[in-house]
Amino acid sequence: MARLSEENVRLAKEIIGRYPRARSATIPLLHLAQQQDGHVTNEAMAHIGELVGATSAEVYGTASFYEMFKFEPVGKYLINICGTMSCALMGAEDLMHHAEHRLGVKLGGTTDDGMFTLERAECQAACTEAPCLQVNYRYRFRVTDADFDSLVDDLKSGRLNDEIPAHGTVARVRQHIPLDRGVGAVPPEDVTEAPAWMDGKAAL
Amino acid sequence: MNTPNSTYTYPHAPGFVAGDRPRIVTSRFEYTDSYTLQRYLATDGYAGLRAALGRPANEVHDEVKSATVLGRGGAGFPAGTKWGLTPQGVFPRYLVVNGDESEPGTYKDRLLMERDPHQLIEGCLIACYAAGLSQCFLYIRGEMALAQERVAAALNEAYAAGYVGKNILGSKFSLDIVLHWGAGAYVVGEETALIESLEGNRGMPRLKPPYFPAAIGLYGQPTIVNNVETLANLPWLMRNGAEAYTSIGTKTSPGTRMVAVSGHVKRPGVYEIINGVTTFRDLIFNEEYCGGIRNGNKLKAFVPGGGSAPWFTEDQLDVAFEGPQAGAAGSMLGSGAVMVMDETTDIPAAALTLTRFYAHESCGKCTPCREGGTWLERILSRIVDGKGTDADLAQLVEVGTSICPGDFPHASSKRLGLDAVPFPYKMNTICFVGPSAYAPINSALVLFPEEFAARVTKRTMIPVTAVGAAS
Repeated sequence: MARLSEENVRLAKEIIGRYPRARSATIPLLHLAQQQDGHVTNEAMAHIGELVGATSAEVYGTASFYEMFKFEPVGKYLINICGTMSCALMGAEDLMHHAEHRLGVKLGGTTDDGMFTLERAECQAACTEAPCLQVNYRYRFRVTDADFDSLVDDLKSGRLNDEIPAHGTVARVRQHIPLDRGVGAVPPEDVTEAPAWMDGKAAL
Repeated sequence: MNTPNSTYTYPHAPGFVAGDRPRIVTSRFEYTDSYTLQRYLATDGYAGLRAALGRPANEVHDEVKSATVLGRGGAGFPAGTKWGLTPQGVFPRYLVVNGDESEPGTYKDRLLMERDPHQLIEGCLIACYAAGLSQCFLYIRGEMALAQERVAAALNEAYAAGYVGKNILGSKFSLDIVLHWGAGAYVVGEETALIESLEGNRGMPRLKPPYFPAAIGLYGQPTIVNNVETLANLPWLMRNGAEAYTSIGTKTSPGTRMVAVSGHVKRPGVYEIINGVTTFRDLIFNEEYCGGIRNGNKLKAFVPGGGSAPWFTEDQLDVAFEGPQAGAAGSMLGSGAVMVMDETTDIPAAALTLTRFYAHESCGKCTPCREGGTWLERILSRIVDGKGTDADLAQLVEVGTSICPGDFPHASSKRLGLDAVPFPYKMNTICFVGPSAYAPINSALVLFPEEFAARVTKRTMIPVTAVGAAS
């Protein structure tokens, strides 16, 4: 699998339809591709280009700017340990050393069994709960070495399967705008007048 | 739920600490189901929208203007004034919600999105109604999986119940709110970079002028970019009015704001504090808030407004949460993030954790930031490893000065007999990422010179003529 599946193309078209310009859907569609394959493939980027009206180079140009998109396979679980100030003040470096030792890989590496990729991350917005980490973008707070070990054990045994999906899936809930409720996106050049409610009177 | 004491922490909202203070944006955090439409409606939900729609749009805009709702993203620009910067008669206009919270030390938008997504949605509706914005894009940071799920679920509920979409509450007001999400890039929090990213491009800030996307923004149209917390204030404001809002805090900084205090304090947490009134001393030492420094240690320094802000020490503890006060003292309030360092902190190493962040997050558009950030990181890293020389210290300042010419703002220091240099700085870059890489270094160098002096060796110069001399 590399191009988007039929089901994902349907979803992609629904997403594109929400924007006044199709190109705006590029990042959401890249996430969709990563959800499908675990990383973003060249074929998927070419397919996204066809869908949003861009070349595959333009899609890659966008994709390669963003940290979350991976162009090579990564582990089923991507473990990001925060190393910015608040976490560093509370022992993040020690936690990273422990994690490297426990998993037997350096930061940036993937375990031989393809289960784990370990990364140093920048601020994850949980600074009071330091040191923190994310597994496939799900938080763990105030992580001790022992917490890290049991997290690895739980991920290996599948005990956290319900809570933490495999790498590629970020949000498991999607927005769906019902056809009869949505206003619909209009290209900006097709709008020239003020919205209906800007008539100086109360809307209700 | 009763709050057993003034510092009760809600286990389902990790990090948040309640208190006996007015709560404008965190009032529902005590409920385990605070993110559902059912709970929202049972606690005044969408009453602010109903109140707004009962008045002409321009009146709602005036109400927000007179309340002086300061932007909570970092710059502190009043929301009502920002909305008024859109050029007359140019349509369509858009609202882009900045939920790309990633400033080191900051988190409040994440809690607001996870714990009370309907409040944000209602805020978006009120803003779009008041300023005549015809579509809303809610940009959430890519790494915030739970926030994305909660907001998506809330939007689905709100559409189904008629609060978002065509003819809202049966009125002539119609609006789509589109959930959009990023993919990991700090610089996208800058509003023009956010717009580039939303257009499907690399998230690099746009050249200025125009200074405000309110003139030319998304798809070249007038665009308002507002922070999540800013918008979350609007439902309360519409229910209670500008007078009630301005009765909290001070005249120039009314209302409340959320502040995350992290690092070496006894009780790190996110607090909703009174704007303009609460001081850093209250926040760090008062039992009601963080209760002092851990293990009875002494305070060494603190970052008052997110990783980009120049540092304060005990000399600035009595500065209140008021922009101009913090500015005169040599820093800024930024995004509401205080990071506290106690006496055990290795200052150069602490500065490095921030400089590394900004060097890593440089988008590469402006040379002083792209090259300078990395230089700063490498040189400081060398110093922290004990391999630096006194020439490296001079080099840090030289690189910093090529990013920000002139005197860089810093706090005063009684210990060193130093006067403050007020905020802001001059800069050779389009956005604030470059200067932010230098801010921690400058603070550390100016306020704790002895820690650097002890770290570096004096460089022995080998005269060039002596190299390779015969015999």
